[in-house]
Amino acid sequence: MTDDKDVLRDVWFGRIPTCFTLYQDEITEREAEPYYLLLPRVSYLTLVTDKVKKHFQKVMRQEDISEIWFEYEGTPLKWHYPIGLLFDLLASSSALPWNITVHFKSFPEKDLLHCPSKDVIEAHFMSCVKEADALKHKSQVINEMQKKDHKQLWMGLQNDRFDQFWAINRKLMEYPAEENGFRYIPFRIYQTTTERPFIQKLFRPVAPDGQLHTLGDLLKEVCPSAVAPEDGEKKNQVMIHGIEPMLETPLQWLSEHLSYPDNFLHISIIPQPTD
Amino acid sequence: MAEDSESSLQLPPSTAAEGEGPTEGSPETVTPEPPSSAAVSPGTEEPVGDTKKKIDILLKAVGDTPIMKTKKWAVERTRTIQGLIDFIKKFLKLVASEQLFIYVNQSFAPSPDQEVGTLYECFGSDGKLVLHYCKSQAWG
Repeated sequence: MTDDKDVLRDVWFGRIPTCFTLYQDEITEREAEPYYLLLPRVSYLTLVTDKVKKHFQKVMRQEDISEIWFEYEGTPLKWHYPIGLLFDLLASSSALPWNITVHFKSFPEKDLLHCPSKDVIEAHFMSCVKEADALKHKSQVINEMQKKDHKQLWMGLQNDRFDQFWAINRKLMEYPAEENGFRYIPFRIYQTTTERPFIQKLFRPVAPDGQLHTLGDLLKEVCPSAVAPEDGEKKNQVMIHGIEPMLETPLQWLSEHLSYPDNFLHISIIPQPTD
Repeated sequence: MAEDSESSLQLPPSTAAEGEGPTEGSPETVTPEPPSSAAVSPGTEEPVGDTKKKIDILLKAVGDTPIMKTKKWAVERTRTIQGLIDFIKKFLKLVASEQLFIYVNQSFAPSPDQEVGTLYECFGSDGKLVLHYCKSQAWG
């Protein structure tokens, strides 16, 4: 029997083969070859694309370069969403590699946040971890940690060190023995079909009668349109880390094993592919 | 006292991360609205859920950041943190280049594109969402 802890490793080392191509209207001095990279699902675009940036800047003049940004099929990619979430939500039904277009001009101010440095990514990441712990433990666990522990979480993610990250993160996954889970489950549900950025509400892992809430329970409560009626046709896929977990899966288990490093479950609702 | 006075941000809801109309958020465009106790329970004239249009927020200054005379505001649920930052900066007459940070629970700084309605549902208490604002990073 495999250990549930193996799941953490599988999630951490998930990779998406990606082909970066320079946008056709960018001005280059010679032809820009595409650049291929395996993107870590749990990381952030602007954290892992230094090589992509260097590759394209080599063929460009300094004055034609401003802040880099990425786009997939016309949609600007939010660097502050984890890579795996962006892929699941926007590209999971298309063939690999994932074709991302690289831009250095016309930054879409309305759609994207600026990312002037790695510090901005760190601040965003830590803020998400803190928000998640506010939901899970009323911030008690994160507040009891030392500054160096916070740093270790970030360095673990930045340097792709599973053991370094999980040595600290496991504390954020604990809960009192007398409870059957966290206070609330940190989750965000994303849909391409709505204008709203995401759904996030208070939802407990355990029902008042002691039953464990499942993924299906959560969806029925906060996003009923995502689940098909008992006898109806399945219209949507509910995806986390590129898989469709069974709707009977306890939410607490999902939160402990399939959360991103920011400690949130990022759940994509996407239309069922027709072919 | 100022704590009790409530105003309404008469601003169009925006999903933009930043940059909005030039007159937006200036004190002149803010129309006071009578205090409302409806925030405690959702209005009955509208369907339940996300549809109660406005929520109450309480803005508190941290450190040497100037206080706002009016602290309590009714804000559209779809208003973003960035929209709120822009508003406070104009209200306090800060120059555009000055930074302003907004914190929930005196602990984390929500992403600028996050909607206040979502934060209210998860972190609001007593019918309002308390937000601290600061010109420098107050909580790492």
